[in-house]
Amino acid sequence: MTRRVSLVKNLDWWTVFIYVLLVFLGWVNIYAAVYNEEHQSIFDISQRYGKQLMWIGAAFFLAAIILIIEGKFFSAFAYPTYLIMLVLLIAVLIFGREVNGARSWFQLGSIRLQPAEFAKFATCLAISRYISQYNFKIHKFKSLVISSLILFTPAVLIILQRDAGSALVYSVFLLVLYREGLSGIVLFVGFLSAVLFIITLLLVKLYVLLIILGFSFVFLKLIGMRFKQILIGVLSVFIGFYLVWGIVRLLQVEVSVYWILLISIALNMLPFLYCIYKERLKNAIWVIIFAVGSLFFTFSVSYLFENVLELHQRQRINEVLGIESNPHRGAGYHVAQSKIAIGSGGFAGKGFLNGTQTKFKFVPEQSTDFIFCTVGEEWGFIGSTVVLFFLLILIIRLLFLAERQRSPFSRIYGYGVACILFFHLAINVGMTIGLAPVIGIPLPFFSYGGSSLWAFTILLFVFLRLDANRLELLR
Amino acid sequence: MNNFSNRKYIIGGIFILVVFIFIIRLFNLQIIDDTYKQSAENNSQRQVTQYPARGLIYDRNGKLLVYNQAAYDLMLIPRQLSAFDTVDFCNLLGIEKPQLVKGIKKAKRYSYRKASIFLKQLSSERYAVLQEKLYKFPGFFVQTRTLRKYPLKSAAHALGYLREVTNQEIKSDSYFRQGDYIGKSGIERTYEKDLRGKKGVKIFWVDVYNRIKGSYKDGKADKKAVSGKNLKTSLDIDLQQYGELLMQNKKGGIVAIEPQTGEILAKISSPGYDPEMFVGRAMSKNYQMMVQNDSLKPLFDRTMLALYPPGSIFKLVNGLIALQENVISPSTRFECQNGYHAGNFTMRCHAHASPLDLRHAVQQSCNAYFANVFRYVLESPKFGSVQDGYIAWRNHVMSFGFGRKLGIDLQNEKSGSIPTNEYYQKKYRKKWRALNVISVAIGQGELQITPMQMANMVAVIANRGYYYIPHIVKSVGDGEAIDEKYLKKHNTSIDSAKFASIIDGMEMVITGGEGSTGTLAAIKDIRVCGKTGTVQNSAEADHSVFVAFAPRENPKIAIVVYVENGVWGSRYGAPISGLMIEKYLNGEIAENKKWLEKRMLEADLINQTKSTSTNSAN
Ligand SMILES: [Zn+2]
Repeated sequence: MTRRVSLVKNLDWWTVFIYVLLVFLGWVNIYAAVYNEEHQSIFDISQRYGKQLMWIGAAFFLAAIILIIEGKFFSAFAYPTYLIMLVLLIAVLIFGREVNGARSWFQLGSIRLQPAEFAKFATCLAISRYISQYNFKIHKFKSLVISSLILFTPAVLIILQRDAGSALVYSVFLLVLYREGLSGIVLFVGFLSAVLFIITLLLVKLYVLLIILGFSFVFLKLIGMRFKQILIGVLSVFIGFYLVWGIVRLLQVEVSVYWILLISIALNMLPFLYCIYKERLKNAIWVIIFAVGSLFFTFSVSYLFENVLELHQRQRINEVLGIESNPHRGAGYHVAQSKIAIGSGGFAGKGFLNGTQTKFKFVPEQSTDFIFCTVGEEWGFIGSTVVLFFLLILIIRLLFLAERQRSPFSRIYGYGVACILFFHLAINVGMTIGLAPVIGIPLPFFSYGGSSLWAFTILLFVFLRLDANRLELLR
Repeated sequence: MNNFSNRKYIIGGIFILVVFIFIIRLFNLQIIDDTYKQSAENNSQRQVTQYPARGLIYDRNGKLLVYNQAAYDLMLIPRQLSAFDTVDFCNLLGIEKPQLVKGIKKAKRYSYRKASIFLKQLSSERYAVLQEKLYKFPGFFVQTRTLRKYPLKSAAHALGYLREVTNQEIKSDSYFRQGDYIGKSGIERTYEKDLRGKKGVKIFWVDVYNRIKGSYKDGKADKKAVSGKNLKTSLDIDLQQYGELLMQNKKGGIVAIEPQTGEILAKISSPGYDPEMFVGRAMSKNYQMMVQNDSLKPLFDRTMLALYPPGSIFKLVNGLIALQENVISPSTRFECQNGYHAGNFTMRCHAHASPLDLRHAVQQSCNAYFANVFRYVLESPKFGSVQDGYIAWRNHVMSFGFGRKLGIDLQNEKSGSIPTNEYYQKKYRKKWRALNVISVAIGQGELQITPMQMANMVAVIANRGYYYIPHIVKSVGDGEAIDEKYLKKHNTSIDSAKFASIIDGMEMVITGGEGSTGTLAAIKDIRVCGKTGTVQNSAEADHSVFVAFAPRENPKIAIVVYVENGVWGSRYGAPISGLMIEKYLNGEIAENKKWLEKRMLEADLINQTKSTSTNSAN
């Protein structure tokens, strides 16, 4: 009995309240999004809102069960859960059902489950468990490799299901690692990667190479090389370039300017390293790492873009970057319609069930990925900011709860939950207002769908369960 | 416990920053930028134009001349297209596959989302068949419009026709949209704004497939179409049709006016055409054919566009002017020795008793008499010079409505011309005498007059000195008044007292016994006044003209009949005029004149002469 009492007392009811509120708002908006005259009852099981009500009921049931389970169980079973999840991810590749080009669904009777949604939870448990070990040192090579493996394995499996959007979620664990001591440089490198990613897609690779070269020289100056030396460096690259170019012409071989430049840089490497050795510029090694890393990165981006991503994903990325945009079809059309729906909502919105853009299907996927359009159209600026605020308060609340944990496992897990929710929020809402690529991931608690609602519920309530035991130290 | 606790602020900061950026973005989208609201309306509202019924047109007795019939345009919204059975579709519409492909391409070029006309004016039979199968062809729908229908197939020139608006017309009148119709000639054109009514609009909600989802604001924002006003014309359609019948196989025109009001009772230009030829899909083909290939120029409205010399009927005007200027009196007599002789100038006349007074000169249409009369006017001492005399004469002529547009409520009226003094001064290098222009005395020479102006002249004589501008519409809508200018009396410069002797002469033309030229226009128990004219035509047979009004007292009808190549005024002009008057006043032709009616109906001046290359008189 006392255990029950302490659970009720220690449970963070604020979070539960916001959760219930968001789920309820989501349900109402799903009703509005797919509302039609023939099926007016919000409880109509044949319609999505009726089904969503069933998922919500099941989610509450799941939440109750989770709260009954001992908190220790989750850390103890973190690895087994993770392994089962990996098996499921592999299984879905083989036995899964293809929906919208992604082989990521299990069909169980009339219910479809998406393991990728639950993989986030399992991965979050596993990474928390791993980082919270005594012998974990974040900058130890072994630790880095194992954490990367924990994160990348499900991501790669999900990419293989052709659901690149869901895989991208795992990048948000970088923030969790950062909280646990990962060097800020890694965050910076992450940021740099994003920039390089974009310019790689935007520019011809020759210019990307020139930009990297330019930055390398700037960094060399910053770490103490003299101006004269840098000038000599630039000159020698120049001379090397013309030498290689001359030879290529003599041999009458077809070699692109890009490769000639690359060869001339490689030729200059030896005298460069000698120079560094003579000047005792230890930091120069970082410049080289930067240059080579960037080069490698742009290569992999090109490769990824051309060989791994699907045509529609490439198009979406291209459209977000403004490389290619067609407001009449494809992702460009979706974003344009989504912005029209939200923009037409105005300050106070058109009112409940009065949205035309969503209801009349101008906005695609209006009950799942683009559910925020219904909010924006029917409830206007007020409604959308209120929803954003509730989500932000929930996430910030989770950060606060995470920080008050005695046990590192609980804290890391809490950060994981907050970061996952944040990533979904940022990408989903960003996509509907044209600030993020059109990546099909759901808005937590709002979007229609059992899998995502249950996955987020599990994710959240496991943390709430852990938080109820916050004074205990879990290992 | 660990050193990185402060990093929570950075992470929390990132979260807050992103949401903050989103809120700014939302503020921009939802509050600052208005274009999205517009786009949303464009997306989800479809405005369906409600076309008003065009006003109906009746004759003066309430007989229906023009009404509307539903026509069906097949519309296409390219976005909604999906694969369909093209063979079936083409068979239903009776078109070929390339036409289908071309039509779809054209519609796509216009707009993906908006409807454009794919095929105009399907027949109702085709529509009936198509309607049942239309569900098989998503993207296509039928829009109903109205087409003009002419139950009597008569009075084509007067009624005019409709045509699709040009881009220029769309630019100059915001009422019009692509595919609308506008009156292009006749009454349809003059009274376009009365007839067309006001378009209405129905606003519907549509979904992304442009399927109607309900009416916008429960129809409160809709506007009902306002039907066009009905017109009551002054035409007597029985008379009109009778005139058309009499003029068959002849070139020329008839204009009949009610003198007391200026209302046009009949207006016939022959050869005419069936007004239904200018309706529907066949229109442009028929138009091309009539304009380019028909040497008889059926589109050419001879009553208002053809310029003829008036011939002898103009003697009436000259007689009136001379009386008004007091240079002769009704009893003034002039010699005629087979013509008018002055020095070595001769104007020939036919054989008749001599000398004649004014009445008999009108009856016998003596050239010599009116040559003398004309000289008397121009050479009258009170004018000082022939030139001043001519100016005074011309002013009298102009007061009859000659030499300028009368201002009829129909487009394309020609002004004709009465040569000015300046014209003759220039032509004869300021040295000219009355003899130089003497042919004007008998209605020849440089005079150019339309049949409409001739009819107006008769109306003036019938009214003894005044006229109302001829017009063809009696009332607009429910008893609405017509333009004030048609209710205003126009006085000529001739006193009403001067008309008696001329009218006496005109009555004698019909019933004066020996020497009368218009006896075939006579009607039992009706005092008809008329005047023949024979207009010299150098290339071909002379034109036959006759003007008349009846009854003499309180005239009900003034008429001109102009038959090209009819040789004598007495041969076609007079009988046709007589029949028309009888038809109008008595409603039918007396038994004893059936033979004349038959002769007129059977007369064929077109196929008989065969020489139709240079036809119109001017
Ligand atoms: Zn004579």
